[in-house]
Amino acid sequence: MAPSTPVVTKPSPTQEGVNWKPVLLGITVFLVAIFSLAPILWQLLTSIKTNADISRIPNVYFPREFTLEHYIQLFDRRPFLRYVLNSAFVAIVSTLLCLGLGSPAAYALARLRLKGEQLILGLVLIVTLFPYILLFLGLLEIVQILGLGNNYLALIIPYTAINLPLTILVMRSFFQQLPRDLEDAAKVDGYNTVQMLWQIVLPTTIPALVTTGILAFIFAWNEFIFALTFMTRETMKTIPVAAAQIGGATLFEIPYGPIAAATVLGTLPLVLLVLFFQRKIVQGLTAGAVKG
Amino acid sequence: MSNALRTIRGREHLTGWLLLLPALMLLALVFAYPILRAFWLSLFIENLGTNLEPVFTGLGNYVRMVGDGRFWQSLWITTIFTVIAVTIELVLGMAIALVLNESFRGRGLARTIAILPWALPTALIALSWQWIFNGEFGVWNDILLRLGILQEPINWLGEPGLALASTIAADIWKTTSFVAILLLAGLQSISEDLYEAHAIDGATPWQSFRQITLPMVMPQILIAVLFRFAQSFGIFDLVQVMTGGGPAGSTEVVSVYIYATVMRYLDFGYGAALVVITFLILVAVVAIAAFLLSKAQNRTEGV
Repeated sequence: MAPSTPVVTKPSPTQEGVNWKPVLLGITVFLVAIFSLAPILWQLLTSIKTNADISRIPNVYFPREFTLEHYIQLFDRRPFLRYVLNSAFVAIVSTLLCLGLGSPAAYALARLRLKGEQLILGLVLIVTLFPYILLFLGLLEIVQILGLGNNYLALIIPYTAINLPLTILVMRSFFQQLPRDLEDAAKVDGYNTVQMLWQIVLPTTIPALVTTGILAFIFAWNEFIFALTFMTRETMKTIPVAAAQIGGATLFEIPYGPIAAATVLGTLPLVLLVLFFQRKIVQGLTAGAVKG
Repeated sequence: MSNALRTIRGREHLTGWLLLLPALMLLALVFAYPILRAFWLSLFIENLGTNLEPVFTGLGNYVRMVGDGRFWQSLWITTIFTVIAVTIELVLGMAIALVLNESFRGRGLARTIAILPWALPTALIALSWQWIFNGEFGVWNDILLRLGILQEPINWLGEPGLALASTIAADIWKTTSFVAILLLAGLQSISEDLYEAHAIDGATPWQSFRQITLPMVMPQILIAVLFRFAQSFGIFDLVQVMTGGGPAGSTEVVSVYIYATVMRYLDFGYGAALVVITFLILVAVVAIAAFLLSKAQNRTEGV
């Protein structure tokens, strides 16, 4: 695009002898890493300290003893495994549903030149900006009327919906980048649209589905207000809500250790997701926000 | 020939709408219905005083809102929260994005670490920060005492002004990474040639930042501000878990007030009216931002 003229330039950022740039860069990268990790590491450290060390002043940064008692307590005194399974089940099912409903819609918006396409896209984009507090009252009524309180569907349905806009936006931008030849060839071979989508297009979009699925899973796993409102029975709670209520259960002594342990367990799946799929997450987020 | 083509197009359209319909119906159920329902419900009094039966009141709930000091206070707190949090997140997010845009060894790992805060559940992050700011055993006090900045431990979440500042700090930690990711995408699209040409013209780094970087990433900045404004204006999880709106209502943002109105006081009609007003404020600000965004996009495309 730009007429690049081959100028012979030597990258010499400083006039003085010492090159400060790498040093400064190193320091700032270190600061960014500390900033991002410190609160989580502190919680991890708290979760494996003994009660005596947790309440020692000044704080103990390098404990001599470690313990797993807080983790054991979580599973002993509470149905913590059940919380984990609830969170996982709701997040996985809603993610799959969201991909199943969202990708065909995204394809229609990317390729089939429908009337009112721009309007639908605009609405989908605006909807991503709605805070959930605006929705919970109306959803509470629906949940009550349908008798869905303490039923997984009370979370699966809204979680599927809140992830649809992102799915539609991200998948649409992937479909637009897909070469058309493939579909044209399929049509010549006599496939109808649905067959073509299922047998030709779907296999090529698996990477995009993984990207979108990871984001949808993260949002569903993290959701708080619907889970807090629609799931009141102990055995139906998800991790964020159950963890937030550990402190409220006892009046006198706040169980800092178990709270920290619950935080660590609740964040662990997401830490792993980020570690393995950092690129995909960034890709999906920017495609969803910027290209929409 | 053209007839056959038209039937193919027609069938394609039909298929298109069939593919769209399930998603659109679900979106209508979960997004459109609750909002429209809130408009309707806001015209009724439905609380313990009416035995939870709806009694028509017209605009009564809105009149009540005008004189509701707690509502205005929550709106004010939300505004302060949003303005401070989003401003700092933008500056800090830009700084982090600039650092992560440089090439250095371990950049992939640094980026991974930097997006971590965004990915974690807000409710659990709220617990972490509650513990950090704990008045008795909190590590924040410990650090400040060791550095000699404090002489006495402070109950961060127990004092009104400090509690608000603490929740804002936690929010900044949680969402700066989101801003940084968006801005980094913008930075990556700027060609290196632009900077080189500018440097040959004798521009300082600060001048190139002002004259190249900022205008080029303006669309991403506006999108980040738009998203962050909406999220921050409706913030619930973080504040509800960290302080529950206390002490003395000093951190009670609009969402927390709405939630208490509905779930604690069972005041459904008034809660609906609060939802409507919050929705309208949001739509107004988003409309203005979208207008600015399209203007900015036109400008960058013109270059």
